[in-house]
Amino acid sequence: MSQNKGRTLRILVAKPGLDGHDRGAKIVARALRDAGFEVIYTGLHQTPEMIAAAAVQEDVDGVGLSIMSGAHLTLFPAVVDALKERGVDDVTVFGGGIIPQDDIPTLKKAGVSEVFLPGATTQSIVDWIRGNVKPRAEVA
Amino acid sequence: MTGKPAVESKPPVPGKPRRPTPPMHGGADHAVYGREELQAILSERESWTAGELADLLARTPRRRKSFQTDSGIPVPDVLDPAHRSQEDFRRDIGYPGRYPFTRGPQATMYRGRLWTMRQFAGFGSPEDTNARFKYLLAHGMTGLSTAFDMPALMGYDADHSLSRGEVGKEGVAISTLRDFEILFDGIPLGDVTTSMTINASAVVALAMYVAVGEKQGIPRARLGGTIQADMLKEFIAQKEWIVGPRPAVKMVVDMIEFCAKEMPRWNPVSISGYHIREAGATAVQELAFTLADGLEYVQECVDRGMDVDSFAQRLSFFWDVHNDFFEEIAKFRASRRIWARALRERFGARRKESLLLRTHAQTAGVSLTAQQPYNNVVRTALQAMAAVLGGTQSLHTNSLDETYALPTEDAVRIALRTQQIIGYESGVDRVVDPLAGSYYVEYLTDEMERRALDYIRRIDEMGGMLRAVEEGFPQREIAESAYRWQREVESGDRVVVGVNEFRTEGDAPIPLLRIDESVARAQVARLQAVRAERSADRVKETLAGVEKACRDGSNVMPPIIEAVKVYATLGEVCDVFRKVWGQYREDGVF
Repeated sequence: MSQNKGRTLRILVAKPGLDGHDRGAKIVARALRDAGFEVIYTGLHQTPEMIAAAAVQEDVDGVGLSIMSGAHLTLFPAVVDALKERGVDDVTVFGGGIIPQDDIPTLKKAGVSEVFLPGATTQSIVDWIRGNVKPRAEVA
Repeated sequence: MTGKPAVESKPPVPGKPRRPTPPMHGGADHAVYGREELQAILSERESWTAGELADLLARTPRRRKSFQTDSGIPVPDVLDPAHRSQEDFRRDIGYPGRYPFTRGPQATMYRGRLWTMRQFAGFGSPEDTNARFKYLLAHGMTGLSTAFDMPALMGYDADHSLSRGEVGKEGVAISTLRDFEILFDGIPLGDVTTSMTINASAVVALAMYVAVGEKQGIPRARLGGTIQADMLKEFIAQKEWIVGPRPAVKMVVDMIEFCAKEMPRWNPVSISGYHIREAGATAVQELAFTLADGLEYVQECVDRGMDVDSFAQRLSFFWDVHNDFFEEIAKFRASRRIWARALRERFGARRKESLLLRTHAQTAGVSLTAQQPYNNVVRTALQAMAAVLGGTQSLHTNSLDETYALPTEDAVRIALRTQQIIGYESGVDRVVDPLAGSYYVEYLTDEMERRALDYIRRIDEMGGMLRAVEEGFPQREIAESAYRWQREVESGDRVVVGVNEFRTEGDAPIPLLRIDESVARAQVARLQAVRAERSADRVKETLAGVEKACRDGSNVMPPIIEAVKVYATLGEVCDVFRKVWGQYREDGVF
């Protein structure tokens, strides 16, 4: 347990949906790695189920979703649900992309902990993860 | 949907031997100024450097230790004729409409006709986009430009499980010819030109356009427009694909070949720097990788046995226009010179039309900010001005709200008005290539050319762009540049107005366009109705024809036209590609 508490945070950076705009996802992945986290990047065109499976398999503490296609209201909650279906409710899900401000309350209600909008710095994402993503408890 | 992708199972192959890159044209023997006058200019520069410049620097240092363009080209305090003493006007600059076309592809440029004001549009249902097209045409837009939704771009029908949440969101939803009939309803396809931004599934979209033209009574030979169909830049930057690079490029060549024979007014590929730049490339990288993509397509066509002069005049280009005003202008000018020389010296093109680089341009979406969104109108205006001073043939200006969503009608109108103000009020249209002879712009044009040719040489050494893409070379170069840019913004070294400087709190929200899920439901209902009404036998038969062409290497265009005419869906045709060549996947490297 103690070892687990002190472990380096593991973050999955994921691209749900069909859009291929991965500039943001890759920059964030790299910035998180440079900040000392362990980072896994899914690559493009992932379904919510693929992302949830990767999160479980990689035993991550947080999942960062990047989307530009406008499908966030469908796909972000679907990732949260897919995690729940796998019995996972202690992985912090956050995200960013081309997302109207007005959609943030809906996303938060659906279980997305934080949403980063265009212009957010990678430092603000790093700081938020340090403050909000906790190492998951060891699975019994 | 079986079988290992042919592309990935192939062992790495050494690249085809390439002809050497055209030589750099530097070091002219004759100069604009005589030796004596040059000496006098150099002495004057020295005295100014020791005098006025040194005096002022002693009191007020420069704002930065060194200045450079966004691509890293060093920028001196001031340039003078001595810096340009090697310039050869007739060889490197010359006259518009004449080799090497630095000053523009036509002799009269905007004195003859302004650029085409072509606003990219597409969202929701085909009915929604049809209405937006008619709105834009009524407001003076002179060409159509179609954006497709993600499922159409990736080759999935609206009812595919991967399409959920995406139908009609980033562009218009299209699954069958029925959708195309609605999209272009009431728009005379013989009178407008249409641009279609679609790549991996472009062969299907072009086939549908041919079919819808026929329904309107317009033969394919009379259809004018452009289809993007630039797959190399998809693997490099935009990442929308179906099959791997080699079969994808084969289908691009199929389209070029088909259009060379049957659609003389159609541009079968729009070789695009836009997405490469938006993914983070510098202007030099955009220029180099895009031209290298173009050279690869030409090589592939020539390897297939086509005469370069039979198709080269229909290749068109698409540049991004970013913030660094003069560097962008230089990029347009350098691109024409490099292309003309490469086509003539490397491929032996003889027809003048084969040497012309004609281009569309779009202001840089990535430069827009969510903060203080009205500032985006100003950014876009400056970028549009650079495209015009660079001599673009066609232009899209972004709308102020595009960091949030697809643009509203009001926002699009301001963007279109921006172009009209430049075209009709600013006076920049009155002379051809107004910045020629500017010491700085000519210096930048030469530097852009030199640096792009360096990259092109490296890509040639790898065996060409297809090989370089398979090795991930341009992808890595772009990711490095993107990360560097982000670090510069975060360190404050690069100012973004309203983002890391000159911030305000609590921007008033702007109105946004919303696409609701009823579009997806309606699209799925129509798709299912089409499937129920069509002849299942004819669909099966024609899809077998598509598969046969994929397998025997013949041109896929004719059988795809037959298939879409009997309402085979876009997804069904693309499933054939997936079956024959395998679904392409990229590793998640960053």
